[in-house]
Amino acid sequence: MANSQRYTREIPHRYRLEAQKFPSGFVSLSRRYCDPISGKKEFEKINLKGTGKILTYTIIHVTSDQFKLLTPYAVAIIETDEGARVTAMITDTKFEDLKIGARVEFVFRKIMEEGASGIINYGYKAKVVE
Amino acid sequence: MIGIVGFGAYVPIYRIKSSTIANQWGDDPASIEKGLMLLEKTVPGPDEDTITIAIAAAKNALKRARIDPQKIGAVYIGSESHPYAVKPSGTVLIDALGIGPHVHVADFEFACKAGSEAMFVAYSHVKSGNMDYAMGIGADTSQGAPGDALEYSASAGGSAFIFGRENVVAEVLYTHSFTTDTADFWRREYQMYPRHGGRFTGEPAYFKHILGCGRALLEKSGMKPEDFQYAVFHMPNGRFPLKAGKELGFKQEQMNEGWIVNIMGNTYSGSSITGLTAILDVAKPGDKIFMVSFGSGAGSDGFIFQVTDKILEVQNLAPKTREMLNTPHKVYLDYGKYVAYRKKIHFNEY
Amino acid sequence: MREVAIIGVGMTKFGELWDQSIRDMFAEAGLKAIENAKVDKIDALYVGAMSSGLYAYQEHLGSLMADYLGQVGVPAVRVESACASGGQAVRLGFMDVASGMHDIVLVGGVEKMWDVEDGTFVLATAADQEYEVYNGVTFPGLYAMIARAYMDRYGLTREELAQVPIKNHKHAVNNPNAQYPFEIDLKQVLNSSMVADPLRLLDCSPITDGAACLILCPLDRAKEFTDKYVKIRGVGVASGPIALHDHKDLTRLEAVHLAAQRAYQMAGVSPNDIDFAEVHDCFSIAEIVVAEELGFFEYGTAGKAIAEGQATYGGKVVINSSGGLKAKGHPVGATGVAQLIEAYLQLTNQAGKRQVPNARLGLTQNMGGSGGSCVIHILEGM
Repeated sequence: MANSQRYTREIPHRYRLEAQKFPSGFVSLSRRYCDPISGKKEFEKINLKGTGKILTYTIIHVTSDQFKLLTPYAVAIIETDEGARVTAMITDTKFEDLKIGARVEFVFRKIMEEGASGIINYGYKAKVVE
Repeated sequence: MIGIVGFGAYVPIYRIKSSTIANQWGDDPASIEKGLMLLEKTVPGPDEDTITIAIAAAKNALKRARIDPQKIGAVYIGSESHPYAVKPSGTVLIDALGIGPHVHVADFEFACKAGSEAMFVAYSHVKSGNMDYAMGIGADTSQGAPGDALEYSASAGGSAFIFGRENVVAEVLYTHSFTTDTADFWRREYQMYPRHGGRFTGEPAYFKHILGCGRALLEKSGMKPEDFQYAVFHMPNGRFPLKAGKELGFKQEQMNEGWIVNIMGNTYSGSSITGLTAILDVAKPGDKIFMVSFGSGAGSDGFIFQVTDKILEVQNLAPKTREMLNTPHKVYLDYGKYVAYRKKIHFNEY
Repeated sequence: MREVAIIGVGMTKFGELWDQSIRDMFAEAGLKAIENAKVDKIDALYVGAMSSGLYAYQEHLGSLMADYLGQVGVPAVRVESACASGGQAVRLGFMDVASGMHDIVLVGGVEKMWDVEDGTFVLATAADQEYEVYNGVTFPGLYAMIARAYMDRYGLTREELAQVPIKNHKHAVNNPNAQYPFEIDLKQVLNSSMVADPLRLLDCSPITDGAACLILCPLDRAKEFTDKYVKIRGVGVASGPIALHDHKDLTRLEAVHLAAQRAYQMAGVSPNDIDFAEVHDCFSIAEIVVAEELGFFEYGTAGKAIAEGQATYGGKVVINSSGGLKAKGHPVGATGVAQLIEAYLQLTNQAGKRQVPNARLGLTQNMGGSGGSCVIHILEGM
């Protein structure tokens, strides 16, 4: 659950994959203030292209209430072509097409609804592409 | 020259066959497949709605337009299934695509006509010199009540069009709109499904407005049906648009390319305009296209386009509409999965 | 720095404790420990709990528990480090005594997990809320992704993975406080319901209510209270990336390695000196990876070694004689403390039928999140 104020401040990375590239080469989709490797504060702002490959994945059958209607669904750790590591739900993909090393493309999707009256949460998911 | 500089469509990968729905309600599948000429329809995935569909279509339009999103001065999304009753859909889109914040955004609603309406306003902005580029989108995840005839047609998809003056791929030659107050189909606040006037949706509504608009557009342009390579009309089912087209003097061959309703269903605000994208996907320089939308309530927007040389450069820059409709990744849903995806059953509130 | 001893322990039974609230459980365990250590008052209190706020709508546990142990007035604080909260509480108590600040310190852990319906959500708050949980990940899902990466790299089989819970259930048979003191077989593991592919229900530690407490004092005062005491010989703590995707190697839990190096160095021992270990087997794969990070087995080999009996009685090192998190139960905040209770019982020869023969050095490894934190203690029998 993300209430609207928490949700709004995360829009740059969730909607546009805005990321940071640090001098050590570390690329972070999560907003950081210094390089976790070198500690340096300089970075370059980049937008991830939204392509990458699966490093590992799982198919989740038991989940929290907010995702219950989606089960079973897959989640993967993805390494983007820029080198950022991203955890994302997999959508529009048959489970048998999931593989370590499979190419994925990010798509913009609804992540969850906060009940019938709360805000709708959007963000990135990934789908396997040939 | 003013016209379309980029276009893009999007349909989900999920489908339900007319026969699956017919078997659920004890209807005769053949009467749907042959009578309404509907074989299957698109269904939004559980994580898709009008906003995500509009964004996917708009991304494809941007790929073809090859412009800096920041140059787009206005974005309009037409839909009868905006996810929020109050809170715009377009704001999500502009933030997702890097358009704005210096941009005019509005959501439109006019039953199945809201998409062409968004195009009309976007085009008018460019024509007036108000801005260099404007985007009009029609997208829907429309709902038909279980057991209602609309359940066979109400589907999901959408298309986006960027209008501009440079690198135009399809010039707008003429437009015309035709509107009256006709309550053939409506949905009141807090109601999940629309209601309609049955046969009243036909002659006094669909045909009156499509033909009224279409005839006026032909007259205004001084063109004849045979001047066009393609014609596309709003597609609430398979039969209506073909009948309306013939009454206006168009031949089946002119209508085939844009007639995608048999495998897509009625994507409401994204119906005739997605047919238009299917035409633009294959059109050749110089081709003329005749399009008339229809929205219950009721009204029609008509456009005449002329395709330019530039079309050949952009056709392959984004997925083509019929490719998406015929994707090998199609997933057919059974009726149970379908009602769960469409939230037609009551779930626990957490 | 003073040397520190454990002089008494107390815990509730682990399981579905419908009649006991969070304070009932902690009071039971704390008063048992005080009685067991034969102390009449304590000088300070540390309570480990992961999420008493979300589980029991109760924060401010330090003061609450001091009050209900009859110790109002003592310095008391609650400690949180996800599933390593209990271990972190022990370490703070250790530092308190070692520094000379206090003499008799009660450290405990507690979790009341059966009072909420959506426990999956609560546990997931230990992961990165904005970058992992928002995108649908669950805790079993994170470890399932470690398992898949590990199986892919090292060829660990599903059957070998199942040997971890099978062994730990076998150990739990002899633990009267265990939640599930019964054996399970391969078929049951492989046929149990899927939780997060490839992890099935019987790969996962259960939802458990429970509390566990220890009394610490300076080693040179231990004899004043009891002749059954053990020495805490080494402590090592480390943090790791909060998000699993930021682990450079997805088959490793580097914070465990780092904490272990620190604990071994402080204790002046090596992995080969350890007779038994209580490790954080929140999921079957976790015990395998942890056993490697602790240096008991080479990387990529622990699954096979465990399947071959190297982690049970008669093997290289007895791992999880208590039944581990899987079979003893995993009341998150209490787990790290309960691990030291098992080590205390083993090293004072009070472990009954599950006694590790000639146990002299024991190690406890408590972990938070998907390797975001790790606390290791090395204990020595006197």
